[in-house]
Order: sequence, then C-alpha cells, then structure tokens
Amino acid sequence: MSVLVYTESENGSFKKTAFEVVSYAKAIADTLDTSVTAISINGGEASELGVYGADKVLEVSNDMLTKFNAEGYADAISQAAAQEEATVVVLSQTANAKFMAPLVAVNLEAGYVSNVVAVPQSTTPFKIKHSVFTNKAFSLTEINTNTKIIGLGKNAYGLHENSAAAVAEAFSPTIKETQTTVVSVDKATDKVTIADAEVVVSAGRGLKGPENWGMIEEMAAILGAATACSKPVSDMGWRSHGEHVGQTGKPVAASLYIAIGISGAIQHLAGINSSKIKVVINSDPEAPFFKAADYGIVGDAFEIVPQLNEKLKAFKAQNA
Amino acid sequence: MKILVCISHVPDTTSKINFTDGETKFDTNGVNFVINPNDEFGLTRAMWFKEKQGASVHVVTVGAPETEPTLRKALAIGADEAIRVNTPATDGYSVAKQLAHIAQEGDYDLIIGGRESIDYNGGMVPGMVAKMIGANFVNTCISLEVDGTSVVVIREIDGGKETLNTSLPLVVGGQKGLVEESDLRIPNMRGIMQARSKPLHIKEPVTAGAKTVATIFEKPAPRGAVKLVDTVDELIDLLHNEAKVI
Ligand SMILES: Cc1cc2nc3c(=O)[nH]c(=O)nc-3n(C[C@H](O)[C@H](O)[C@H](O)COP(=O)(O)OP(=O)(O)OC[C@H]3O[C@@H](n4cnc5c(N)ncnc54)[C@H](O)[C@@H]3O)c2cc1C
Ligand SMILES: Nc1ncnc2c1ncn2[C@@H]1O[C@H](COP(=O)(O)O)[C@@H](O)[C@H]1O
Repeated sequence: MSVLVYTESENGSFKKTAFEVVSYAKAIADTLDTSVTAISINGGEASELGVYGADKVLEVSNDMLTKFNAEGYADAISQAAAQEEATVVVLSQTANAKFMAPLVAVNLEAGYVSNVVAVPQSTTPFKIKHSVFTNKAFSLTEINTNTKIIGLGKNAYGLHENSAAAVAEAFSPTIKETQTTVVSVDKATDKVTIADAEVVVSAGRGLKGPENWGMIEEMAAILGAATACSKPVSDMGWRSHGEHVGQTGKPVAASLYIAIGISGAIQHLAGINSSKIKVVINSDPEAPFFKAADYGIVGDAFEIVPQLNEKLKAFKAQNA
Repeated sequence: MKILVCISHVPDTTSKINFTDGETKFDTNGVNFVINPNDEFGLTRAMWFKEKQGASVHVVTVGAPETEPTLRKALAIGADEAIRVNTPATDGYSVAKQLAHIAQEGDYDLIIGGRESIDYNGGMVPGMVAKMIGANFVNTCISLEVDGTSVVVIREIDGGKETLNTSLPLVVGGQKGLVEESDLRIPNMRGIMQARSKPLHIKEPVTAGAKTVATIFEKPAPRGAVKLVDTVDELIDLLHNEAKVI
C-alpha cells in the first residue's frame, strides 16, 4: 500500500504544484499509515520532494515522454500505481494533469474526483470535498473503488514541509507509440500564466479599449502577476481568449485577484471564487463585485491604477 | 464522417444553486436548463463539418426524460438525430460507459464533448470515453480540422497553445475557440419545426457501476463585508500587513 503522487515539472525543474501535491499526499499517507511515492518524469532533484514528504521517488526518463503526451504519461502513472500498490493517486489540476487523469482512471478502473479542496473527511468510507457548479457549491463525494484518484485544486492545500528520505529509484514503464504528435507549442515563456500565478491582475470592459491595457500589464509586471480579463473583453478581441476567466473561461485560484473595471457578474465571480483575497477597483459603488470582494476602492481606474502602480513600485523596491 | 456530440444538460450560468432533501439533491426549482456551454461550441463546430464536409451529426445525452428539451434544442440547431440514454447521470465513469457503448454501436469517427460540464465540473467524461473505446483523445481543444482521417487540432495549455496531429477515430474535449461566441446559433422557427419530426431515440442503459457517489452538498460560507478604502496607500498597507498577500 502507498500513496502515489505525480509531480509535474517543466524544463527539468519541479513546478510549485508538485510540492503542493506532495504535501497533500503526505497528509493522506499519514492518515492511512502508509508512505508517499512520487513519480517524476524528466523532473528535478528527488531531494526537493523529500522536503515535502516523499519517501520514494520513481524517476522516469524515456525519450517518448520528453514532450507531454497524455496517453504515455497516463500509462507511466498507471504502471507506477500498480507496482506501488497505490490505494490513492494524487494529481494536480494543471491542463496536462486534467488531460490525462481520466485516462489513468480508466486504466486503473478507479474512481476519480477532480477540483478537490481538502484532505479526505474520512477514509473508510473514503469521502472527499470538491467544488462543483463552477465553485458555487461543494460536494462531499464518496469514492467506492480500491484505488482512488484525486485531482487537487491549486492552492487548496498549500505547502507543508516535512522531511522524508526521497529515495530515488529508476522506473521504466512500457510506453506505446501514440498517434497524437505535437507539431508546435506556442507559449510566451517570459509571462506568468494564470495557472501558475499567485497574483492575477484582471480588467474588464470598464477599461474602454485594448489600448488602455498598458497600465494593467505594468501592474502585473510589478507584482510578478498574470494578466486576465472578463469574457466580453476577450469576445471583442481586446485580449486573447486564454485570458478570459470565469465560469466559461479559466478558473483562478490565486492568493490575490485584482479586478479593475469588472462589474462582477455571477459567471465571472464563479470562476474566481477560490482565490483567497479579492480587490476591486470600480467607479460604480453599486457594482456587484464589491459584495464578493475583500478590499475595494470606488473610483476611476484611469486615476487609481497609475497611482497604485507608482506606490506598488516604491513598496516593492523597499521590500525587495 | 459520422460525428457524435455529447451533450450535458446543465443549469444556465445565471442559476442560483440550492439543494434540497437535507442538502443531498440539487434543487431544480425555477432553474432553466441549457446545453452545456462547452458542448454548444462543439455542436456548432459539428454543424460546420455537416455543411462544409457532408458529415452527419448525432447528439447524445445520458439522462432522465426531462433532458429531452435540451436534445430538441440541439436538433433545432441542426443535428440530424438525437439519442437519450435513459438513466440519470450519476458519476462520470458510469456516464462515460454509456457513451462509450453508444459510440461503439454507432461507429462514429469523431466524438465531440466539452472540456467540462458546468454542473459537476468533472472534466473527465470525454477522456474516459476515448480510453474505453481506444480512440485518440485531445482535451481543451480550441481548433479542429479534419481531412480524410487526418486531424489537426490546437489545444489550450497553461499559458499558451499546442498544435497536434492526430487521426480518427478521435474524441475531443472542446471549449470556446472551436467556434467563436458570435458563431453560436439561436434556433430559428424552421429549425424548431424540423426538430419536432427528427428522430430522438431512447436507449436503455448498459450496466455500468458508478465509482463515486455525491453524498451531501454545501454552499461556500458567506463572506464578510468588503473593506472600502480611500487611498492606494491604505490598500497597499492592508494587502501587506493584514492579508499578507504582497
Ligand atoms: C452563458 C454565459 C457565460 C458567461 N461566462 C462568463 C465568464 O466565464 N466570465 C465572464 O467574465 N463573464 C461571463 N459572462 C458574461 C457576464 O455575464 C458579464 O456580461 C461580464 O462578466 C461583464 O464583463 P465586464 O464586467 O468586463 O463588463 P461590464 O459588465 O460592462 O462592467 C464594466 C464595469 O466597469 C466599471 N467601470 C466603467 N468605467 C470605469 C472606470 N473608468 N473605472 C473603474 N471602473 C469602471 C463599470 O462600473 C462596470 O461595473 C457570461 C455570460 C453568459 C450569458
Ligand atoms: N450526462 C451526460 N450526457 C452526455 N454527455 C455528457 C454527460 N455528462 C458529461 N458529458 C460530456 O462530457 C463533458 C465533460 O463533462 P464532465 O466530465 O462532467 O465535466 C461534457 O461537456 C459533455 O460533453
């Protein structure tokens, strides 16, 4: 018996979500009185996972897995789960993890619950809380299979240090040829993505036009944040679709979400519910967003944002 | 090309979410149900294949009789035939089992589902169907071109996009981008009239053990009132000292 956790990496180093899923896997392993095995595909140093509680690290290096391919990755994880007799498999909720999780579930004939927000409420029966109705509610769901697959929502558990041996072991899964091949990847490498960001600066139709996004980009640069927008802004082509957040766009689970000139429609709020602190800047004191926010300034974005940028710059310079 | 579009029947995005029976059931009282938005983008893309490449388009939903108006709407938008698998949708795995059976029985080349349903948000059904029937699978699909059996797709990745070559039979988990918002079609009178006489097949379910059961629902705790501040200095101070997020 063990808890298997897939630790995702990019360009040979672990992503922050990898440390979060290991912290979480450790908590489950403690409850079940078992150990944590991580599986790392072309990843970073095993010892980095020990810090968060990995007892063992299965290291995979396979030419067929150099680029992400959902089937191959799912097969590697499924075979590791079988070898380790894993009763729980923990994945993150990055685009790639969400892509392959259902394949792992079918391979292992396991119950899969996504968007999980907490450690299991009980382990016999295995009951776990996850968000449903695009964050408008939670469900406590029971998983009835021997193996359980958990997709842990970003920032749902946080990082918890532990110290474990993280014994590295080579693992060579059998990978089949896939008929799906990557032709090209188009990704801005210098920008923080909404998925990875701790801080997201988002703006809406209140900004009047795409030419006014300079101050939003600037705030994002000062805060090391990702930029985002409301749906009409991407529908009108002011910003790319990848920035659209909300019920029909991307979910945002950041520590800080700053909404500028966004009214706070129910579909927008649904997508950002799981962010911790929400700040609203809006000229209309009646904007519904104020009811969902932690902090707010009522005022004209074109006055406030430049001031805020100046002060944030000074603050960052002082606290660097 | 035979296309199957998997349609999830969901509360519209403005719905207030409430539960009944001791918080164990979704309260459908006063709720307006629609085609899951991600599926509507897929259905509209399927219409393009029908009109430009002569594809036939069937839609399927796994659900009780009350899901039929949603299927009729898909027929009014232009699908040729609809299938309802007569069983309530309980968990993702069992729904996928039903859909996999329909997919195999109908020998579809392309199966289009959504990245996720906006009710249970499992984000799992299309991937499971693909694995069960041994088809290729691409998730978060934002562009789909088919030429013979070769397929070029673009999928959204965190922070960008990726172009892939693959082939039929294929299952995709689609979303906005497959078509644009402005391409979505509101059924016209003619479509609605025609939909009434198009076939809507009711199929009995195959055995498919559910692997998960929702036991109880809960709504997020109400939040405290917003703190309004007058100056950016106050805001920075609160974010730093109180919220500790900068
Ligand atoms: C099926 C469906 C799905 C949807 N999904 C989503 C979704 O996923 N995400 C999403 O965002 N929306 C979604 N929507 C749209 C949603 O209902 C709203 O229309 C949208 O969020 C409004 O965007 P907005 O706040 O940018 O614009 P508006 O509602 O026009 O609000 C602009 C705001 O800017 C403020 N403002 C104006 N000038 C200034 C200024 N100078 N300074 C400061 N503030 C100013 C105004 O007071 C106003 O509150 C969906 C709608 C439907 C029907
Ligand atoms: N009951 C259902 N009937 C038909 N298709 C469904 C059903 N549930 C989910 N799907 C399909 O699977 C996609 C993802 O759903 P989910 O895994 O529930 O997030 C949806 O967008 C639909 O295309």
